[in-house]
Amino acid sequence: MRILISDDALAIACGADRVANAFAKAAPDAEIVRVSSWGMHWLEPLVEIELDGTRTGYGPVSPADVPAILDGRGDAIRIGDVAAHPFIAAQTRLTFARAGRTRPLSLDDYEATGGWAGLRAARAMTPQQIVETVTASGLRGRGGAGFPAGIKWKTVLDAPGARKYIVCNADEGDSGTFADRMLIEGDPYLLIEGMAIAGLATGADTGFVYVRSEYPHAIAKLEAAVAASRAIVAPFRIEVRTGAGAYVCGEETSLLNSLEGKRGEVRAKPPLPAHQGLFGRPTVINNVLTLAAVPFVLAEGPQAYADYGMGRSRGTMPIQLAGNIRHGGLFETAFGITLGELVDAIGGGTESGRPVRAVQVGGPLGAYFPPALFDTPFDYEAFAARDGLIGHGGVTVFDDRVDMAAQARFAMAFCAVESCGKCTPCRIGSTRGIETIDRIVANENRLANIALVEELCETMKFGSLCALGGFTPYPVLSALHHFPEDFGLKDAAE
Amino acid sequence: MNLPNDAAGQEDVRAIISRHAHREGALLPILHAIQADRGWIDETAIRTVAHALNLSRAEVHGVVSFYHDFRTRPEPRPVIKLCRAEACQARGSEPLAEWAQSRAGDRVAIEPVYCLGLCSVGPNAMLGDDVHARLDQASLGALIEAL
Repeated sequence: MRILISDDALAIACGADRVANAFAKAAPDAEIVRVSSWGMHWLEPLVEIELDGTRTGYGPVSPADVPAILDGRGDAIRIGDVAAHPFIAAQTRLTFARAGRTRPLSLDDYEATGGWAGLRAARAMTPQQIVETVTASGLRGRGGAGFPAGIKWKTVLDAPGARKYIVCNADEGDSGTFADRMLIEGDPYLLIEGMAIAGLATGADTGFVYVRSEYPHAIAKLEAAVAASRAIVAPFRIEVRTGAGAYVCGEETSLLNSLEGKRGEVRAKPPLPAHQGLFGRPTVINNVLTLAAVPFVLAEGPQAYADYGMGRSRGTMPIQLAGNIRHGGLFETAFGITLGELVDAIGGGTESGRPVRAVQVGGPLGAYFPPALFDTPFDYEAFAARDGLIGHGGVTVFDDRVDMAAQARFAMAFCAVESCGKCTPCRIGSTRGIETIDRIVANENRLANIALVEELCETMKFGSLCALGGFTPYPVLSALHHFPEDFGLKDAAE
Repeated sequence: MNLPNDAAGQEDVRAIISRHAHREGALLPILHAIQADRGWIDETAIRTVAHALNLSRAEVHGVVSFYHDFRTRPEPRPVIKLCRAEACQARGSEPLAEWAQSRAGDRVAIEPVYCLGLCSVGPNAMLGDDVHARLDQASLGALIEAL
């Protein structure tokens, strides 16, 4: 008998280690295998019992459930065939194809499930061919900005310079997002393979992964994976670096300064990092999910990836269902699914059972959407058209107890705390924003102060150097426009 | 942890520097290692690092003070980092944080953290490298009690 239990940080936080220990005691002859997480977080700790080649899932499992499961009882928490669960069967998992199925650090498991096929294909190509393949796939940066990955790579390939860098942005600071963490913890070789391909495509021989310090499990896994795969990706070389608790370091130029050992202050662009990036050298800087999508593109061809999606958003997006949601977790699907399908049909509404009132898409800098806009399809352009953004794909659900004026104030306060201080609209504007929202709530010159917040948001949007100051207006204005009653207004027309 | 500013401590700092100084952009790895070793980064360590990396004290101080992770004074109490970001807010972290503060008193430090990447199972907290999810008054109270 084999017992499969995830060693993902989320599973561990929910008690997976205690459950594994209980199984080890109760079934000393069984082999306990720690695998990646399927991403059905409401069912963690999820346990699969493999007997005679058949796997039966149970979840959420507590140590007290262990004897019943071993005795073949445990009906109340039996899932059955996990791969056939509607939450999994409804997904298109290209980037997360191995989730739940392999041991994260096993090179054998990686190889047996198609690992390194993309790197092998890339090694048979010229750098130009690799860049053309990535461009043809339509892959866009998954960090939030959605910039075409192939064009970025081409810029670095064409930039003169003997020394170039690949930098992976794993500073996943957006609340409501965890796909980077899950990918690094669950399938670290996929990221390493993607970085090695980027190195071949651009002529870079060194890569850095900048992981936030709040992810100690991911850092440990990645360091082990980098060490174990060193010979496979050589001469490409990867170093793991740890952030230090600054949200703004998720912004690419600030991240580069941080890697250089400086304050994580934003740089003015131009010059683009592709021309003058890390240590002034041409640098590809991509999000974890962008780089992790590349091995599939190289192994299966660009068309196989581009066949998924809608409009200019090609391929799949690992969407993260978070906050007050019944079925939270990782849902990878082709672009085009609507917000309502995600929240209601797949997510099952709120965990509290109360009505959904607001959904924040794209992290702390993303807009709040009311259920009236649930027909918005998951697509970069469609969200932009409704004054929102999909960002890194986080969907955070709030029930009807949320105070949207408080959420707008929090957005400004978060910006004030995390501002790097380089530009005035962000550094000063955020503090003035807090004060003005407080006056609106206190009904001091309410209408005049609402006009002032709108004007301040315009200044922040167009006057800030980076997305922190530039996008903080999204949650603030969406809260104000879609939920005016929380600001003391009767309706949006007032 | 939280060693005094003594000569032996500075020897440790110099040993840390020599382990990392060859790396590109060595300052953050060095500061992380000093804090992991000593619990905080004191003025003498800043001086030693500045001298070793040929930076001004102001430059090193500027970096230390920029990042939330680095402590410039010792924290003798055990620390629970409780997530206060939106996804945990949606699951009740704010009233829980208020309760935890009163429960912890002066004995345990309750510090905010903005996202642990466990956003579907909050409220979440971190103690050292250990993560805890689905917290309520009972489970968070037990964590505080155990410290």
